[in-house]
Amino acid sequence: MTSYLRLTDVSKIYGTVTALSKIDLTAEKGEFVTFLGPSGSGKTTTLMIVAGFEKATTGDVMIDGRSISAMAPHERNIGIVFQNYGLFPHKTARENVYFPLQMRGQAKAQGLRKAAEMLDLVGLKDLGDRYPKEMSGGQQQRVALARALVFEPSLLLLDEPLGALDKNLREQMQIEIKRIQRALGVTTVFVTHDQSEAMSMSDRIVVFDKGRIEQAATPLDIYHRPQTKFVAGFVGESNLVEATVTDAAAGKADAAELGQCDYKPDAALKNGQAVTLLIRPEHIKLSRQPLEGRKNVRIKVDTIVNYGDNALLMGHTEKRTLRCRVLGADIVIIKEGDECHLSWLPDAVVPIAG
Amino acid sequence: MQATIAKLAERPNLWPWLLLTPLAIYLAVFFLVPLANVVFMSFTEPRLTLANYERVLTGALYQRVFVNTFATAALVTAVCLLVGYPLAFLMTRSSPRTAMLILTLVTMSFWTSFLVRTYAWMVLLGDSGPIIGFLKAIGIEQPPHLLFTRFSSTLAMVHILAPYMIMNIYSVMRKIDPVLIRSAQSLGARGAALFRHVYLPLTAPGIANGSVLVFVICLGFYVTPVLLGSPREQMIAGLIGTEIEEFLAFGRGSAMAIILLLITLVILTIYHRRFGLDKLWG
Repeated sequence: MTSYLRLTDVSKIYGTVTALSKIDLTAEKGEFVTFLGPSGSGKTTTLMIVAGFEKATTGDVMIDGRSISAMAPHERNIGIVFQNYGLFPHKTARENVYFPLQMRGQAKAQGLRKAAEMLDLVGLKDLGDRYPKEMSGGQQQRVALARALVFEPSLLLLDEPLGALDKNLREQMQIEIKRIQRALGVTTVFVTHDQSEAMSMSDRIVVFDKGRIEQAATPLDIYHRPQTKFVAGFVGESNLVEATVTDAAAGKADAAELGQCDYKPDAALKNGQAVTLLIRPEHIKLSRQPLEGRKNVRIKVDTIVNYGDNALLMGHTEKRTLRCRVLGADIVIIKEGDECHLSWLPDAVVPIAG
Repeated sequence: MQATIAKLAERPNLWPWLLLTPLAIYLAVFFLVPLANVVFMSFTEPRLTLANYERVLTGALYQRVFVNTFATAALVTAVCLLVGYPLAFLMTRSSPRTAMLILTLVTMSFWTSFLVRTYAWMVLLGDSGPIIGFLKAIGIEQPPHLLFTRFSSTLAMVHILAPYMIMNIYSVMRKIDPVLIRSAQSLGARGAALFRHVYLPLTAPGIANGSVLVFVICLGFYVTPVLLGSPREQMIAGLIGTEIEEFLAFGRGSAMAIILLLITLVILTIYHRRFGLDKLWG
């Protein structure tokens, strides 16, 4: 079975600059896929190529088995929500949502009714007669979403749509977008540089860096089994330790900065291979004395950043700093400048080749 | 010293008024006083009377000149719009260098003296000028008269006023968020529909600004229609000149000037209600 959205060997070269090099990716029907990466990583370029606003230098884009590479944007039947929404200021919310139907020659009465229904779905039942400038950022966002969905697009593209909203509204809209996307079952590509947004919303995350795809996997796999150092560092907080495998079968490595480290055995690794070990801060335990059955490291506490329910603790051994996340209840006994132990289980250490 | 500073800080809105004083005095002496004098004359020349207004508002000659003035202003505005809109659009689509070049060429007529420009048109369009010469050369036996016609005065006024239209429309076009156009395309719009439903409404403020400015300035044009236009198609300013210079009818001339001023103010008021006068200057 072939995937619903398929990008094959897509590259984008501007003069001498390669913005995208040989991207291959797929999305299944109804899937919510997120392109995650820092700015300039190629995620937005890829989105614009799918939308038709950028032309790929090489490669092909297919939807439902049909190549759309030669089509102009208006022929592609793709709904897009831009970062600043792109609402027409001279049209009311309802007229904005009616616009794509109008362009498709739908009768006015029927089209306006459909637009009103869609506004209802996004929770703006009574605001159809307002102009964009009379609405809040979150409301404008919903209008843009309704407008991108009302014509039953074959694909929904969201280009950092939550970037301009404040934190609370952002979280609310994340839930809202997911709810609407599920209700309509529309295949969605979401672009963001915010990793927590990507984690909470996606069925699958595609991590971009320097015009390449670093990893494409479920949010849990991206977080717990990153395949590259970049992914490990970009998604979530991390302690990354350089090491060399000493016993591949038993999962043992030697790290210059931490000494002997046990990790979760990985068949792909060989003795003598250089690896990066990932230890997530929340997998590290803080104690006064060394703990049995765990790798223990003695540190001096440098900084404690308290968030109430939890705290981030940064400390250093003789050779490097380590960060760990502690429950708020546990932190009260520790002060900056104290000496204590950090420890973790071998299963919490994820080896990354290279 | 410190007390003085504190005092000044307490009344921070005094300074703007102080800075405005020279201009206010200038306007009062050279604009408001003469204007008041014109109003006064329109009611008192040759004696205290409303006859000037009666004559100007009911006389067939005057009515025809008023109608002609408005028709000319409307025509000039329409031609400016037809010429200016595509040119402004071209500028937004050009590279910054080319846009700069076009803008320079367009505003070049601003840097040339009014009279020089007008006489240049006389030379170009005259019966022994290069255009007529060319028409004769290609075998047209009796080329039409170009000078002293509605054509020549309209052409010259468009030349002078088109920059106002172009710059107003260009400044609005340049501020249009490209995302709006992309949105429209992604929603299925293109070509004529994209223009009619999105681009044209978004540029409407520029069209309104430019048109009002061109129309209002054109209403009061004097030199160009007098020197280049047909004597049968006089405009108000020209007639005011004739009344005062040839008939010494200061009262009638003043009454016409006041009526022209009032009409202009009405147009600007309507514009202000609809769009806001502050938008006129970009």
